Amino acid sequence: MKSLIIDNLYAQTLDGKEILKGVSLTIKQNEIHAIMGPNGGGKSTLAQVIMGNSGFKITKGKIFLNKINITKLAPNKRALLGLFLGFQYPVEVPGVNFANFLRMAANEKKSKSDKSSPIAFRNLISDASRKLAFSHDITKRFLNEGFSGGEKKKAEVLQLALLKPDFAILDEPDSGLDVDALKYISKTITTLNFPVGLLLITHYQRILQFIKPDFVHILIDGKIVKSGNYLLAKQIEKSGYETLTNG
Amino acid sequence: MVKKQIIKDNSYVYGFHKKESSVFKTPLGINNSIVEAISHHKSEPAWMTKIRTDAYKIFKNYELPKWGPDLSGIDFSGIHYYNSPTNQKFKNWLDVPKDIKDTYEKIGVPQAEKKFLAGVGAQYDSEVVYHNLKNEWEKLGVIFVDTDTALRKYPELFREYFGTLIPTADNKFSALNTAVWSGGSFLYVPKNVKVEIPLQAYFRINANAMGQFERTLIIAEEGSYVHYIEGCSAPIYTGDSLHSAVVEVIVKKGARVRYTTVQNWSNNVYNLVTKRMLISEEGVGEWVDGNLGSKINMKYPSLILAGKGARGELLSLAYAGKGQHQDAGGKAIHLAPYTTSTITSKSVSVGGGRSSYRGMVRIASGAKGAKSFVRCDALLLDELSRSDTYPVNIVHEQDVTLGHEASVSKIGEQQLFYLMSRGLSETQATSLIVNGFIEPIVKELPLEYAVELNRLINLSMENAIA
Repeated sequence: MKSLIIDNLYAQTLDGKEILKGVSLTIKQNEIHAIMGPNGGGKSTLAQVIMGNSGFKITKGKIFLNKINITKLAPNKRALLGLFLGFQYPVEVPGVNFANFLRMAANEKKSKSDKSSPIAFRNLISDASRKLAFSHDITKRFLNEGFSGGEKKKAEVLQLALLKPDFAILDEPDSGLDVDALKYISKTITTLNFPVGLLLITHYQRILQFIKPDFVHILIDGKIVKSGNYLLAKQIEKSGYETLTNG
Repeated sequence: MVKKQIIKDNSYVYGFHKKESSVFKTPLGINNSIVEAISHHKSEPAWMTKIRTDAYKIFKNYELPKWGPDLSGIDFSGIHYYNSPTNQKFKNWLDVPKDIKDTYEKIGVPQAEKKFLAGVGAQYDSEVVYHNLKNEWEKLGVIFVDTDTALRKYPELFREYFGTLIPTADNKFSALNTAVWSGGSFLYVPKNVKVEIPLQAYFRINANAMGQFERTLIIAEEGSYVHYIEGCSAPIYTGDSLHSAVVEVIVKKGARVRYTTVQNWSNNVYNLVTKRMLISEEGVGEWVDGNLGSKINMKYPSLILAGKGARGELLSLAYAGKGQHQDAGGKAIHLAPYTTSTITSKSVSVGGGRSSYRGMVRIASGAKGAKSFVRCDALLLDELSRSDTYPVNIVHEQDVTLGHEASVSKIGEQQLFYLMSRGLSETQATSLIVNGFIEPIVKELPLEYAVELNRLINLSMENAIA
């Protein structure tokens, strides 16, 4: 069974500010986990640290992907082993064609004989982008450059659909989306044509109506203070996080 | 300095050389009798010989420029100023001597000619060995020959324009070029003729310790259009070579000329070139100036906007790797009302390379409504490399618009992380970012050159990161 295991993870910024203070989490294939929590609780840091952002330092704990210790691996090695991060703020890379970039990334994982040709891959992108209702032909655009907030989020999900990872962390894929866009990305995520374990980071219960999590975790001040099922998200929506920190 | 030694460097595929062939070669160094000997060998009229010997005096008296890169390493006495590899010029590749033909095939010149060019000139050391213009353009009155042939066959046209934009005494290297010039392209496009596919000249230095001094003259009559492309490369020797060209382009009323250069000289070549374009009323002049090779490059193509509504554009690209100093940029001189110019410069410095943007915008009194916009962006890939900007704006008119934007950036950590999180290695990610940075200029290059540039950058990223 494939798994992503976070084992007692402590991490700080390079100037020494401790953000994660002992996070443990096990995600199995086909499971959907949601992480909720107030601003500044460490949700995005957790996502960045799992993917290997060198702007953070792990001081304790380990990360295992399919039983391989990836704690010290470079981000691209983690990606090749089957990890994906959908960014909260996707980075613009001017002059780099979206389709060429994504084909290059997808082909990195494939054996020589299996690599997609530019035309075949463009067709794959076109299909997936129709599902997400992109209004412009994304294959002709530069990577995230000039994308609207909604387009950036959709483009992250599009990359997820074509890179086919074993595990994907999606950092606030719903923020800034209108209801229609939210439906399109949720539909794409729930109908992915490959087995995937999901770690969904969100502020709002709204997306969880479309993507129903198996587990919900509440991250406050660098620690998971409570875990539960879908009902926990509903409870938070109603009474906020304060009841959890106080009680 | 003349000791021959070949350095193996896989990143420069044009570093090969062929056995030297000469039918006439001047001894090392330069003096009045060498200048006269070149003119005599070319059986030139006396007036041309005089222009040359006068120019030599000016060259001798001028000091090296006191600004810009350090040129004190040039040993003017250690260079052959003229080498003719063959006595003939050919119109058919089959007739070109084997070694020379092989060279151009390796570079891909005959192949490109078949695919997408209206005409080709190929210069090997000092002489143009091959020149051909497709029939359909010849019939329309287009003249595309090497400049020596132009002097013989079209002396009136030649004299009317030669040295009018870049006088002998303009600078030390224009004087040197005028003294010992040989080869180059002469292109004349008659009124209203639009040459829809590009013409190309390829300049190759083969001999060691060689000086190449081509002289190019382009005249585009009213309402005409032409796109001229030049490429350059040389073998890698331990001794230095010198390439010093003079290029004059005359764009008449309503005409449009695009001049594309991709210089990819080996890292032992000093490339010191003077280029100017005179643009008349409603004319359009464009420089696409790609500087990838050479040891020290100094090149600032100029746009002289002399007629009302004339437009000029310069796209300048500089790539400075280890041991290279790219001092590039350009000038826009607005002499007439409602003239516009755009200068876009992109430079990449890596492995201790240095790139400088040196530019000037001058708006003369009376050039009402003139507009100029300059943008220069520099990308530094490591702590060893360096980038400088030397912009000068001189404005003598009130009613003008002048904009200047400049940026220096490093490869962003967030961009790298984002690309690597998709499975790309650091090298791949860096190459993508660099190629993306120069994309606005690369997209203006002919495809063959764009592909080559891409390959070159990927190779240097591999070397730089490894």
